[in-house]
Amino acid sequence: MMVFFWVMVILISLSMLAFIYRLIVGPSIPDRVVALDSLGVALICMIGLFSILVDTSFFLEIILLLAILAFIGTVAFSKFLEKGEIIQRDNDHS
Amino acid sequence: MSFVYFIFIPMLAALVIPFLYKKVRGIHTGWFVLAVPVILFSLYTTFLSKVKNGESFTSSFEWIPSLNISVTSYIDGLSLLFSLLITGIGSLVVLYSIFYLDKTREQLHNFYVYLLLFMTAMLGVVQSDHMISLYFFWELTSISSFLLIGYWYKRDRSRFGALKSMMITVFGGLMMLGGFVLLSIMGDTYSIRELIASAPELGNHEWFVWSLILILLGAFTKSAQFPFYIWLPDAMEAPTPVSAYLHSATMVKAGLYLVARFTPIFASSEWWIWLVTGIGLLTLFWGSFFALKQTDLKGILAFSTVSQLGLIMSLLGAGAISFHTGIEEDSIFKYAAFAAIFHLVNHATFKGSLFMIAGIVDHETGTRDIRKLGGLMSMMPISFTIALIGSFSMAGLPPFNGFLSKEMFLTGMLSIQDFNLFAFDTWGILFPIIAWIASVFTFIYSFYFVFRTFTGKHKPDLLPKQAHEAPIGMLISPAILGSLVVAIFFIPNVIGDVLVKPAVVAIQPYLYDVPEDIHIHIKAWHGPNIELWMTIGIVLLGYLLYATLSKWQPLYNKFPQGFTLNRLYDTMMFLSEVGTNRLTRFYMTGFIRSYLVYMFTGIVLLTISTVFIKEAFDISFATLAPIRFYELIIALVLIAGTLTILLAKSRLTSIIALGAVGYSVALFFVIFNAPDLALTQLVIETVSVALFLLAFYHLPKLNRHENRMKFRLGNALVAIGVGVTVTIVALSAHSQKLVPSISSYYEKTVYKEAGGGNIVNVILVDYRGFDTLFEIAVLAIASLGIIALIQLRLTKKKEVNRIEDK
Repeated sequence: MMVFFWVMVILISLSMLAFIYRLIVGPSIPDRVVALDSLGVALICMIGLFSILVDTSFFLEIILLLAILAFIGTVAFSKFLEKGEIIQRDNDHS
Repeated sequence: MSFVYFIFIPMLAALVIPFLYKKVRGIHTGWFVLAVPVILFSLYTTFLSKVKNGESFTSSFEWIPSLNISVTSYIDGLSLLFSLLITGIGSLVVLYSIFYLDKTREQLHNFYVYLLLFMTAMLGVVQSDHMISLYFFWELTSISSFLLIGYWYKRDRSRFGALKSMMITVFGGLMMLGGFVLLSIMGDTYSIRELIASAPELGNHEWFVWSLILILLGAFTKSAQFPFYIWLPDAMEAPTPVSAYLHSATMVKAGLYLVARFTPIFASSEWWIWLVTGIGLLTLFWGSFFALKQTDLKGILAFSTVSQLGLIMSLLGAGAISFHTGIEEDSIFKYAAFAAIFHLVNHATFKGSLFMIAGIVDHETGTRDIRKLGGLMSMMPISFTIALIGSFSMAGLPPFNGFLSKEMFLTGMLSIQDFNLFAFDTWGILFPIIAWIASVFTFIYSFYFVFRTFTGKHKPDLLPKQAHEAPIGMLISPAILGSLVVAIFFIPNVIGDVLVKPAVVAIQPYLYDVPEDIHIHIKAWHGPNIELWMTIGIVLLGYLLYATLSKWQPLYNKFPQGFTLNRLYDTMMFLSEVGTNRLTRFYMTGFIRSYLVYMFTGIVLLTISTVFIKEAFDISFATLAPIRFYELIIALVLIAGTLTILLAKSRLTSIIALGAVGYSVALFFVIFNAPDLALTQLVIETVSVALFLLAFYHLPKLNRHENRMKFRLGNALVAIGVGVTVTIVALSAHSQKLVPSISSYYEKTVYKEAGGGNIVNVILVDYRGFDTLFEIAVLAIASLGIIALIQLRLTKKKEVNRIEDK
């Protein structure tokens, strides 16, 4: 069982390294944004594995939070890339 | 009798003067002022008969009783003499000023308020027995003198002279305060009389010489001794009554008073005798030598005042020698103190009258330049007579009082070589020689002053005004002083018995108990001794040199200007102003980078040196926990993120790397079992990265430098230093834990006392809720501040637009 666990850890670490490579090198900004999003998901996996390792349920909140943040961050970045700003002003104020 | 309050009478009168000036425009304000010194003079004369018998009086009121500070007025021979001089010459000067200053053109209320303030200050100086109140009045003389010199404040020279005198005398005053404080610590009292009583014990104290030098600095700056005399010639920009009063008769004698008053305390020290006598003699020579260079009447008188003050100072120093020789009948040094006080009185009389004459000449011809003056004798006969009396007295000729004091001065200087202590027997021979040469110059400038002004060819075309005799009111005061000059010559022993002897008892209490013990009789004719031959020599050589003055006076212009003391003062002022300005500009660069470098360097140096000096450098790895595999991984990610921030080419990469660092820190929180911290860290990191991106997006297009940070060796060194320091401190602190943690208490009571399961949250809101409260306040202030910044800026922009639209 623990062998399986450590294999998972190593695999996710390797995928994180690949994401980081794309994050640093990634020729265009959308490449980096997607890498960052995936990195967040990989992080969620790592924390889940860590919770198994130390046998606690306190970190499940963090998993949820990370998921939300990764989503919001990606959406915000996408909107920024598409429209040039994140929060649009009301039309009557412009 | 509580005569201590007499001191404050002029100050109280000064309160009323502006009202009188505004309400009673018809009468010259000076007439009201005149009453004050006259009344005070008559009040002080009532002490004369008792003080003559050796009595002294004390009167005081508490000022700050808890600090043992009081205003104590102590009247003995010395302070009574000075009080009479201040009020007496004060009355004459006020009388003179009534005619000198115009009622309509001058701001008389200012003038008389300053003058009355000065009078209070001066009375306070000479009567104070308490050193702190003495210092208080001392500074009040400096301030009121500053105001009086700058009376015509629209002239550049007046302001310059006022500032210069202020700088020098306040410097001296501050030094003197230091001396007073040392003295009061040594003697454990502020009272000068008590210090005099315990004088023999003070001499062995290690601070004795320090307090001596500091107090002498105060006296020398005030009394315009070498090298501090330079303010006095520049103070001649004051109105002439001020020059006559402050800069000849009273304020410049405050230093002499101080020396005389402290002689019983310090006379046992050879420092005192050498400094007072030597500096006095040097000042005498220097002042008399450079008086001939002046072309301004008041300039001549200023240098002459400097020189005569040096004479009195050297006599006071010689008088202090008697502390060592004792009271044997043949000891000549006890004459020196007598001569000093006697000459002090004489100088006040003749110098006051001479200044007033200079003022009259200025007033009636429109110039004080001696090169334009001449031949005024027939037009101004009374002024000429008074000037002649004053000058001859200053030169030391009979039948005027200057002759008597000059003879005694020569006697005192001649006898110095008999004194066989402190190397005076080898160097003492210089004293009479220098004194004699200085007397020759005194003779020459006295003649130069009076004859260049009043005889010779009249040059009406050079004079701004038609010369004529002064009004009678202006002549009253100098005439009174001039007649005193003559009167003192014929009845010197009256002055000697009534005024001088009680003052000498105050200066030399270790020699005499009552004034009758002093067996000194002034004789105008003292037989054909060496002093008489010296005087004859002075007259012959002085007359010879005066007759050939026009041949050798231009030599003065050869004196290099670069080496004068005025130049030194100007350079010092320039350096202190421009130099400090440059220094400040050198390190206050205006760049935050420089200040950060200073601060961080300071932190590194202070911390590292403290660690090494206290030998707190102690690192042990025994208490450390073992390192786990995934901690190492996250640490590597953290380091990689940090290096990316530093080395990144674009700012966007730096921001993302910063986010990566923040998330790795959150991971650290996870693996170190801090779920609450990890939650908060994640959210906050996301928000702040978003804010950074916002700021990045709004960078101006032109200056968006997409290049790497420049490498600076200094920055790198400082950064490495800070990092190493913090690491050392953290490791050392961790290795030396002294007190056990209190967290076990929280662990035990978190449910029992607080009814919660989450220990972090219970600490935040229950155990230590106050911190949370104020961190909420911090957040509220930050958000309000952001709103304010954005809103205010927007409205301002609108206003600017509106102005541009118009």
